Amino acid sequence: MPIDWIFGLIGGLLIGLAGAVYLLGNGRIMGASGIIGGLVDGTARGAWAERGAFLAALVAVPAVLQFGIPVVTGAASAPVLLITAGLCVGIGTRIANGCTSGHGVCGISRFSLRGIVATLIYIGAGVVTVVVLRLMMGGM
Amino acid sequence: MRIIFALVAGGLFGAGLHISGMTDTTKVQGFLDFFGAWDPTLAFVMGGAIIPMALAWRMVPGRTPLVGGEFAPAPDPLLDRRLITGSVLFGIGWGLIGLCPGPAIASLSYGGWTGALFFIAMLAGMWATPLLSPYLDRSDQAA
Repeated sequence: MPIDWIFGLIGGLLIGLAGAVYLLGNGRIMGASGIIGGLVDGTARGAWAERGAFLAALVAVPAVLQFGIPVVTGAASAPVLLITAGLCVGIGTRIANGCTSGHGVCGISRFSLRGIVATLIYIGAGVVTVVVLRLMMGGM
Repeated sequence: MRIIFALVAGGLFGAGLHISGMTDTTKVQGFLDFFGAWDPTLAFVMGGAIIPMALAWRMVPGRTPLVGGEFAPAPDPLLDRRLITGSVLFGIGWGLIGLCPGPAIASLSYGGWTGALFFIAMLAGMWATPLLSPYLDRSDQAA
């Protein structure tokens, strides 16, 4: 759809606003992998309440919005692919200490070299993966 | 107050992901499909998100967070092996399914077993990472 980019831009502005609130309010970087990863591996220490609140709202708002703006999801894949991808994303973002929100949105906007390099690398790896996937599926 | 800011930020993040279509894995994979039917939406989302965030960073110097305390310290500008290895691994997983951590969490709200299975595997990976770290650090020293 040609209007997709308008929704993309509006949604992007909201995501940036979210990061601004988290930074200026709580003094923290809004990185999804860091916020949830710290809870999973126990490095969050005293900050579990604010992290829990962030995650609860992150799930609750789309849950309500889907009744106004219908969801399109494409995630229909083989279980083995879903598990492999989930493990890669979980381990990769924790080793690199950031994902699309932390390195991408928060890192690039402060001109962080680490954020910019990480973003170029994960987009590059993603592009190669999609190409390989298409070749294997036989559709070119 | 910390909780309130976290709720507002999480809610805005969720709304932004939903409205932008980033919870739609075909859009993300479409963006990564440089050599196919390229979908530029993700670039607009990134660009849109960077604008308010860049303004926020400009407000940081000389201030303290609204709840008090200090801003998280700037990271060591070091480009180490962990950053590169981790980002490659993340990019592979991202390309395979089209989900990164933020949308993976937000997608739980839509139900369905595919998103849940990915999410559980992601959590398992995050939990296991500290166990893998000794091996990573060892290869760092060997390099």
